[in-house]
Amino acid sequence: MGKAIVVTSGKGGVGKTTTTAALGAALAQRDEKVVVVDFDVGLRNLDLVMGAERRVVYDLINVIQGEAKLQQALIRDKRLENLYLLPASQTRDKDKLTPEGVEEVITALKKNFDWVICDSPAGIERGPTMAMRHADIAIVVTNPEVSSVRDSDRIIGLLDAKTVKAERGERVEKHLLLTRYDPARAECGDMLQVDDVLEILSIPLLGIIPESMDVLRASNLGTPVTLADKHSETAQAYFEAARRLTGEAVPITIPSDRRGFFGKFFGRKAA
Amino acid sequence: MNILRLFVRPKSASTARERLQVLLAHERASVGGNDLVAILRDEILAVISKHVKVDDNKVYVKLERGAQVSTLEVDVQIPFDTNRRAA
Repeated sequence: MGKAIVVTSGKGGVGKTTTTAALGAALAQRDEKVVVVDFDVGLRNLDLVMGAERRVVYDLINVIQGEAKLQQALIRDKRLENLYLLPASQTRDKDKLTPEGVEEVITALKKNFDWVICDSPAGIERGPTMAMRHADIAIVVTNPEVSSVRDSDRIIGLLDAKTVKAERGERVEKHLLLTRYDPARAECGDMLQVDDVLEILSIPLLGIIPESMDVLRASNLGTPVTLADKHSETAQAYFEAARRLTGEAVPITIPSDRRGFFGKFFGRKAA
Repeated sequence: MNILRLFVRPKSASTARERLQVLLAHERASVGGNDLVAILRDEILAVISKHVKVDDNKVYVKLERGAQVSTLEVDVQIPFDTNRRAA
C-alpha cells in the first residue's frame, strides 16, 4: 500500500506544480513507483511541466465519471519508466470532483504505486479540499513572504480539520517546503529567514529550495527540475527533500549567498 | 540619493515576522469559530440588555489585538430611568 501526498499551499504561484513534478521524478529515480495527480480541474498545468501535454487522452474526471478506466488515463513518463501522470480535465466542471469518486481513484492508485502525489489547486474551496482529503502526508509549499505564510497557516488549519485522517482523530503528517528562498535577501534582513517561517508555522521542515533560474528553464523544456539538470542547486535540494520523505535522516542545507566580494559589489552571482 | 539610507534602513523582515505573529494569533482563534473576544462582547451586551433597554447607538465596542493579550473595551450608556432605580 502506497502513501498519498498532497502538495498544497493556499496561495497560487508558490511552486506546487514545480514541486510535484520535481519530487515525483526524484522519487522515481530512486526506483520508487510514482504517480503524480493533477487536481487543478479547469487550469491543469502539471501535464505541461511534465512535458506530456500532447499525450493527454483521458483525465481524472473521465475516470471518476466512469468514461475511462484508470489504466487508460495514466500517462507513462518517456524518461522514467516508474513515473506516471494522471492529468486533470481542462474543460469539465470542477464540481464533478465528487468525494466518492476521488476516494475510489486514490485508493486504487495507492494499491498500485508507492507514492501518489496530488498537486492541489490554489485556494481553499472544493479542488484543494478534495486534493487533501485522502492524504497521509502533506507538503505545505511556502514562500518567505507574508501572504504566502498567512495562507499556509490557513491550509495547515484545514489539514487538521477537513481530511479523512483528521476526522478519524488521526493526524496528517505535515511538512514545510520553503521555496523561492533568496539567501542574499534573507542575509541582508529583507526576507523572512528560515527560522522565522518555521517558528510561525511550527511544522517540520522538509527542505529549502533556492530561488533559481533552473525552475523556469525546466518548465520551458517540459522537464521536471530533478531531470533537467540533476546537478543544479535546485535539483539537489529536491533530491534531499525526496530522501527525507522516504525516511532518511538528511541534514538540512540552508542555501547561502555564494557571491564573493566582487559579486556582491556588482550584484551578480558568482556561481 | 541619500547614501545614508543604505545604512540606516530598518530591516523589513523583522516587521514582517511581527505582523504575521499578531495576525495569525488572531486568525487561528477566530477561524475555528471560537473567537473568545467576540463571544464575550455578545454575551456582555446580552446580559446588559436583559436588565436595561440599551440604545444601539450608545454602545461602543473597541477591540485591540496584541500578540500576547487582546483588550476589549465596552462602553455602554445606560439611560437614566426612574422606574429602575436601585431598591
